[in-house]
Amino acid sequence: MTRPRLAALATATLAALTLSACASAQDDTTTTPAGNASAAAASDNSFTLYSGRDQELIEPLIEQFESATGVNVDVRYAGTTELAALLQEEGDATPADVFLAQDAGALGAIAKADMFATLPQNITTAVPAGFTSTDGSWVGVTGRARVIVYDSEQLSADEVPTTVAALTGDQWSSQVGIAPTNASFQSFVTALRVLEGEDAARTWLEEMRAKDAQIYAKNTPILEAVNAGEIKLGLINHYYWYRMAAEVGADNMRARLAFPEPGDAGSIVNVTGAGLLKGAAQDADALAFIEYLVSDAAQQYFVDTTYEYPLIDGVAAPDGLPALKTLTNPELDLSDLDTLGQTTELLVEVGLL
Amino acid sequence: MRTVRFTAAGGTEATLGPRRRVRAPRGRVVLSASAVVAAVLASIPLVYLVVRVAQAESAVIVDALWNVRIATLMVNTLGLVLAVSAASLVVGVATAWLLVRTDLPGRRAWLVVSSLPLAVPSYVAAFGWIATTDVRGFWGAFLVLTLSNVPLVTLPTVAALRLSHAASEDVARTLGRTRWQAFIEVTWPQIRPATFAGVLLVALYVLSDFGAVALMRYQAFTWAIQVAYESLFDRTLAAAMSVVLAVMGIVLVAAERRVRGDQARLGSMVAARTAPVPVPLGRWRWLAHGGLALGALLSLGVPLGALTRFLFLRADTSTAVRADALAADALSTVGLAVTGALVALALALPIGILAARFRSRLASVTEAASYLGLALPGIVVGLSLVFFALSVAPMLYQSIWMLAFAYGVLFLPKAVGAVRSSIAQVEPGVEDVARTLGSTPARVWTRVTARIAWPGIGAGVLLVALTAMKELPATLLLRPTGTETLATSLWRLTSGTAYAAAAPYALALIAVAAVPALLLTREVAGGKRHPEETL
Repeated sequence: MTRPRLAALATATLAALTLSACASAQDDTTTTPAGNASAAAASDNSFTLYSGRDQELIEPLIEQFESATGVNVDVRYAGTTELAALLQEEGDATPADVFLAQDAGALGAIAKADMFATLPQNITTAVPAGFTSTDGSWVGVTGRARVIVYDSEQLSADEVPTTVAALTGDQWSSQVGIAPTNASFQSFVTALRVLEGEDAARTWLEEMRAKDAQIYAKNTPILEAVNAGEIKLGLINHYYWYRMAAEVGADNMRARLAFPEPGDAGSIVNVTGAGLLKGAAQDADALAFIEYLVSDAAQQYFVDTTYEYPLIDGVAAPDGLPALKTLTNPELDLSDLDTLGQTTELLVEVGLL
Repeated sequence: MRTVRFTAAGGTEATLGPRRRVRAPRGRVVLSASAVVAAVLASIPLVYLVVRVAQAESAVIVDALWNVRIATLMVNTLGLVLAVSAASLVVGVATAWLLVRTDLPGRRAWLVVSSLPLAVPSYVAAFGWIATTDVRGFWGAFLVLTLSNVPLVTLPTVAALRLSHAASEDVARTLGRTRWQAFIEVTWPQIRPATFAGVLLVALYVLSDFGAVALMRYQAFTWAIQVAYESLFDRTLAAAMSVVLAVMGIVLVAAERRVRGDQARLGSMVAARTAPVPVPLGRWRWLAHGGLALGALLSLGVPLGALTRFLFLRADTSTAVRADALAADALSTVGLAVTGALVALALALPIGILAARFRSRLASVTEAASYLGLALPGIVVGLSLVFFALSVAPMLYQSIWMLAFAYGVLFLPKAVGAVRSSIAQVEPGVEDVARTLGSTPARVWTRVTARIAWPGIGAGVLLVALTAMKELPATLLLRPTGTETLATSLWRLTSGTAYAAAAPYALALIAVAAVPALLLTREVAGGKRHPEETL
């Protein structure tokens, strides 16, 4: 006697659930069927992107791509390291088709896990060697230089340290801002490990911690703190300064940039880049997006909007930046930055994460 | 109060009586089976977490758990839990005493004001503080969590003080005790169970809080789990840490259940109520007004002030909010929360009906399983379901179903509570009358029981949905790709320090959280509801 009641109840619940599912699926066209990217036809006018770049920066570009091609892009925004970890946890079951990362190390880690399909040559050769993968597993999209930002009201340009090693000096105690959770900072630490060795990297981190380095969540708050005179120095990427200068005017800024000496781990040029997940090897839409990222239109967008270095010929770098070639470190292969796991472990061990 | 108890007693008696036993035994089997299934489903997060950890090499687990870092996290989390609980205890009892036992003018208004912090989710309050002040770390987390949680102690203490036997305190005073001694020796034992139940809820909240400690960058367990999960080296560490946190949560819930049992027993002992003579505050009343006003300023003024300021500031910059994005997030928030509430209802119906009508060992066990939602922090449930979906149910991974299921588990205690109390309110005698008039048991259910109980259950489902709308950590991990909720967007914007853009999201979340807070505070202060329902 009770069974019909329960059955009716179950049906009603299921119906309600389905209704609300439809409602929420409609509003943002989501609910990706998991794990069937490879089964899809060459083009189904839709693909899934894991973006380690900020929504505010990349969304306009994605909208440009969508309106130009009619392809719908489902984007999952999160930190680059977080998404790399998620991709490794997901393995073959990943719903992602493209991984857009703001750090070569994270791309290298996914390549090492053998999760990327090899990109076609016309894409990989568009970008000069040194700024892209050596095996075609991912392609560099933009370049970003690590810089030291300083408060020009408290320091003159020649007082600013030219190496990161000098930041552990007593006079900079509790005056240096860093962002240990930020992927760019982590890949700088990886570069430090690769260039100077594990022990030197650990010692540097421990000394920075002992000297009360100020911890921030991201680059922007470091820049804001330096610009407000709260701290004298900070380790950030170059374009954050340009972005703020565009908003408030360069003349109104106390904060100034210093490029550490070439060869120092503090001056590495990292790249943002993209790779195609194996399950999407046959996905024409996903591939078209990666191709779009290294097209003139997208590269110009990055120059104009994010003040990063373009990586293809024919698109000029933002005004006022030192030439990319003068910053390149011949000693460092970006592919060697893929040991991000050891870096995060080191950061945890010294208590910075 | 009296009617409810009478009905419950009637129900117990009836289940033992012969008339009940012939009542659709097959229905009862189906009900019991459904309750077991629901309880098993509710246990999935905990069970799978243990499975995941057990799969790892034991050496890895030992390394992960037996080190200085875990000890540090343990000390950090327990330190915060103890500090916030102690502060909430002192402030909450003092506030309640002022509001019930003194002649403070405007006590009713102050009661409303001092319960309003419940309407500000702790991470929204934390956002207000970090956007306007330099407070960070332990003190930041302590301040924000204490301010948001004091009402959890104030409200039940107000209820207990109103019920307490004020005359005994007068007797103690005539026997030479000071006012303080009389309060400690006579009144405190009467309100202690209610107060402690509130304090344990505070402890539970602090233990599982993710947003406020993360925004304050305080190295507590929840945040460390998130960091470990986001790092590339080993997710087993995150899983192992989650198990530790889950054990701590279960211990707290068990303690809370115990204290609550004491409270119920004590409540029934209260025989007479005389209107106590209010303590004249005299000139002290200005100090009392000042203290209450300071609390309101810190817990409401700072976050609301910061949000309003940012709402009107820099509206023209690149970080300005897009109305369509806010609307889309609000829509998906509502859709997900309603789906989650319906899942919670589906799980809660068999468990709640069984608990209300057929008290048995099975009923107790399934009801206990439903309380896992209270004990497991959102980050733990989210993490476990990521692991579970990837290896057991890949089709459900990153689907709204998995997130709705997480909501269902997390808010199951609320839903079960609503179902149980609503069904228990239906007098069995009414059902019996319908039976004698020739209705079949199924018809009695649809025409009588369900009809009477439905408004209460519906209100419970609404509360679950409203609570699910502000859930953050599990939503971050499980949300479908491309879907953002108000909470996850706020989280993203605050971590990028886009405060101006974050402000509308924060205000929308306060609006969402205010509804259950305001609906329930009256009843909690009146002793008709338990404060956990406002969480």
